[in-house]
Amino acid sequence: MSNTISGPLTTESLAGAAYIVAALLFILSLAGLSKHETARRGVAYGIAGMAIALASTVWGTLQSDFISGLAGIGTLLLLVAVIIGAAIGLWRARAVQMTGMPELIAILHSFVGLAAVLVGWNGHFEAKDVAPSLLGVHRSEVFIGVFIGAVTFTGSIVAFLKLSARIKSKPLMLPGKNLLNLGALLAFAALTVWYVAEPQLSLLVAVTAIALALGWHLVASIGGGDMPVVVSMLNSYSGWAAAAAGFLLNNDLLIVTGALVGSSGAYLSYIMCKAMNRSFVSVIAGGFGLEAPASSDTDYGEHREITAEETADLLKNASSVVITPGYGMAVAQAQHHVAELTRKLREKQVDVRFGIHPVAGRLPGHMNVLLAEAKVPYDIVLEMDEINDELAQTEVVLVIGANDTVNPAAAEDPGSPIAGMPVLRVWEAGNVVVFKRSMASGYAGVQNPLFFRDNSQMLFGDAKDRIDDILQRI
Amino acid sequence: MAATPATVKQLAGLGFDVVVEFGAGERASFTDTMYMAAGAVTVTRAEAWASDVVLKVNPPHEDEIFRLTTGSTLIGLLSPAFRPDLLEALAAHGVTALAMDAVPRISRAQSMDVLSSMANIAGYRAVVEAAHEFGWFFTGQVTAAGKVPPAKVLVAGAGVAGLAAIGAASSLGAIVRATDPRPEVADQVKSIGGEYLKVEVEEEMASADGYAKATTDAYNRRAAEIYSEQAREVDIIITTALIPGRPAPKLITAEDVASMKPGSVIVDMAAGQGGNVEGSMAGERVVTDNGIVILGYTDLAGRLPAQASQLYGTNLVNLLKLLTPGKDGHLVIDFDDVVQRSVTVVRDGEKTWPPPAVQVSAAPAQTASSAPDTGEESAKRPRLTARGKTALLATGIAALLAVAAVAPAPLPQHFTVLVLSVVIGFYVIGKVHHALHTPLMSVTNAISGIIVVGALLQITSDSLLIRIAAAAATLVASINIFGGFAVTRRMLGMFSK
Repeated sequence: MSNTISGPLTTESLAGAAYIVAALLFILSLAGLSKHETARRGVAYGIAGMAIALASTVWGTLQSDFISGLAGIGTLLLLVAVIIGAAIGLWRARAVQMTGMPELIAILHSFVGLAAVLVGWNGHFEAKDVAPSLLGVHRSEVFIGVFIGAVTFTGSIVAFLKLSARIKSKPLMLPGKNLLNLGALLAFAALTVWYVAEPQLSLLVAVTAIALALGWHLVASIGGGDMPVVVSMLNSYSGWAAAAAGFLLNNDLLIVTGALVGSSGAYLSYIMCKAMNRSFVSVIAGGFGLEAPASSDTDYGEHREITAEETADLLKNASSVVITPGYGMAVAQAQHHVAELTRKLREKQVDVRFGIHPVAGRLPGHMNVLLAEAKVPYDIVLEMDEINDELAQTEVVLVIGANDTVNPAAAEDPGSPIAGMPVLRVWEAGNVVVFKRSMASGYAGVQNPLFFRDNSQMLFGDAKDRIDDILQRI
Repeated sequence: MAATPATVKQLAGLGFDVVVEFGAGERASFTDTMYMAAGAVTVTRAEAWASDVVLKVNPPHEDEIFRLTTGSTLIGLLSPAFRPDLLEALAAHGVTALAMDAVPRISRAQSMDVLSSMANIAGYRAVVEAAHEFGWFFTGQVTAAGKVPPAKVLVAGAGVAGLAAIGAASSLGAIVRATDPRPEVADQVKSIGGEYLKVEVEEEMASADGYAKATTDAYNRRAAEIYSEQAREVDIIITTALIPGRPAPKLITAEDVASMKPGSVIVDMAAGQGGNVEGSMAGERVVTDNGIVILGYTDLAGRLPAQASQLYGTNLVNLLKLLTPGKDGHLVIDFDDVVQRSVTVVRDGEKTWPPPAVQVSAAPAQTASSAPDTGEESAKRPRLTARGKTALLATGIAALLAVAAVAPAPLPQHFTVLVLSVVIGFYVIGKVHHALHTPLMSVTNAISGIIVVGALLQITSDSLLIRIAAAAATLVASINIFGGFAVTRRMLGMFSK
């Protein structure tokens, strides 16, 4: 833009134009993904935007690379890094099981966090061409970028470990954990002020360590049941990290894209918190597991068992069936069997539909992805609000690996830890068959009175095997 | 009829030997042969009354009480609150009497709640009776002989009977509206095809201090207005409003009735308790001067004898299941059980009515009284948060203004970009389909790999350290970009209609 008089087409103006186009394409991409019909086009927009942004940046890099006289080294590094990264990324994307999607997305978030930390650190070492008036601003930008990036990095790693069951998903309960979080934030603020005044490497090391610890602690103290919100929140963080890098590098594309991702991720987390009737703050602070289940001593009576054969008969004679899957279906890898059951029942003119709770599974929309993988038509997969009023007219509900999302205590027992959380009112249906491994409680650690209702029956065992047994009878 | 062939079989399963009076099921079209096929023995009236357990619908006459053997048990609808004389007579005769209409209304006892069963039938029958009197179709039709508008039905009171009436009328094709003082039934009304008419009272009246009485007055006035408006418009009115222990409230005045179109029909299901409609007579069909038919039938459930017998019979079986834990035909009444205590009005010649006020029956009253409080609270809370939100927003804007005003050159421009992008981000995914949450997240994840641009800008640095770090950042960000887009494409490829 400095060259507008001598010639309109310079590297910089070209890059600026390319960035505007890329930013626009990213917006179109997000917009496209809100509907099935336009979703694929949305991804195409995203890829195009990314390609344009990358191409123009690489072009600019090459130019300055040659100008600086270090031809080759920068270019070589760049190409090698991109090619290796692309290979790993494509390989993981192809190899991942659909049930492993939450873990993959969590670990991908950590990469953005790591990249943001590295970019921030580089910013510390490369402060030479900054105007003196902006020096303070630059330093605080380094700090903010590193902080957000590091929190995202360790937070995502803990989320990954929890989701892939490499560590226990139970919330970590350190004494005074809220004070710890608050203390970390205050330390960050204090260190920032100090660093702005006196940029020492040791301060940067200290803030990185604090942020890494904070990220770890934040996610470690959130229970497995809240993971959908956490993953979405980390997504938001990774966006803010990119935006912070944009401020640091004076790059509008990074700011635009980072803010887009950051705000849309935050909004998505908010939608999910609303679906669980939880406050966003309490989820982040990990307050879910704090309340002891007040009514744990309640005698719920006896549960009844049903065999796979009886379930098959029940299904054959029903005119309407609703299936409410949960994380257990993903664990048992039962989605293909569920889809097969659906297909056979539909051939018999049974009206089969799916009721999906907004937070079923460990990722927003997790169940939809699994069912889509198994080729269940998406127009019979309904969300909670669409199906809840019709459950009372449904003859048979199959609860497959869901627990807290179908717990009547949420609606009826004000003392329950999950009180007020909107749930699928499956107990209003004529018959409820619950597929479950044992009588253990769900992620929230709350007993489920549904199992003891007069119209509920339990079908114990591995969901996949039990559905196989049912399929043989239909 | 207190048993059907189907329930006879279930009773036998509980270990009882079942006898049925000759011809007892005739009105409900159950023949003696059917009972015999189900395992019962048909006997004379005297033999039937001499059984150990006698199941009946209506209260027994005096001569029937004398036929009971001492120590036997009578189960039926005994209206213990209104028939102290009956209880005295039963007690004097040394029997045990269980009143089905005294089943407490708790969820555990729902399977024995005969009042619900009968209200359901009566609501349905009310619509059938109205349709019988009404000279038009219920459903709207366009025929070769012209267009027929659908009938409009107003159901007052959305309890069990009201809901049954709404369901029946709407399935016949009528436009159904319903009123009820409990706004929480709106969803139930909607779910079975009705439209809930809310009584909206001006807030001014409701919130003014010390005007509790005025508020109810305002409420009642508005409700009366709604009934008057509806009366002029609808073709059929079915009223089901009952208040326990008090005469039925008058909802439809004589003027309202007079304002209806000739040929309109009113079914007053509360006629037996004084009636909701001015001019209705218990058990009678009344035709007004302007040709409105007012039905005050009190035996609506009984007009569906087979259905009523089947439901009542099942209610009885469920009670007996509770009373014969051994399934050996041996009746055990456990006074520690709330349900059993409540239904037992005479025990071995001793009057046990009324039952002690059990905690369970007190609970609904408690929740009812606390309900308005919570309503008020929840109404207050959003207002506070709304104020809080405004304050928060103002603070945010002020902070932004302060920062933008003092920040050096490129920053304000960056802030502009940042703020606009945040807003776009919120709006652009505002209506995202729930099934697409995962793909959306993985695509935003891929896009956040844009941080690679930052790394690329640094890769040409003079410092080797920076170059290596930038290359590492480029590598991990590339994993993110390529992996994210690839996995999104893979997921979307699976969504099929």
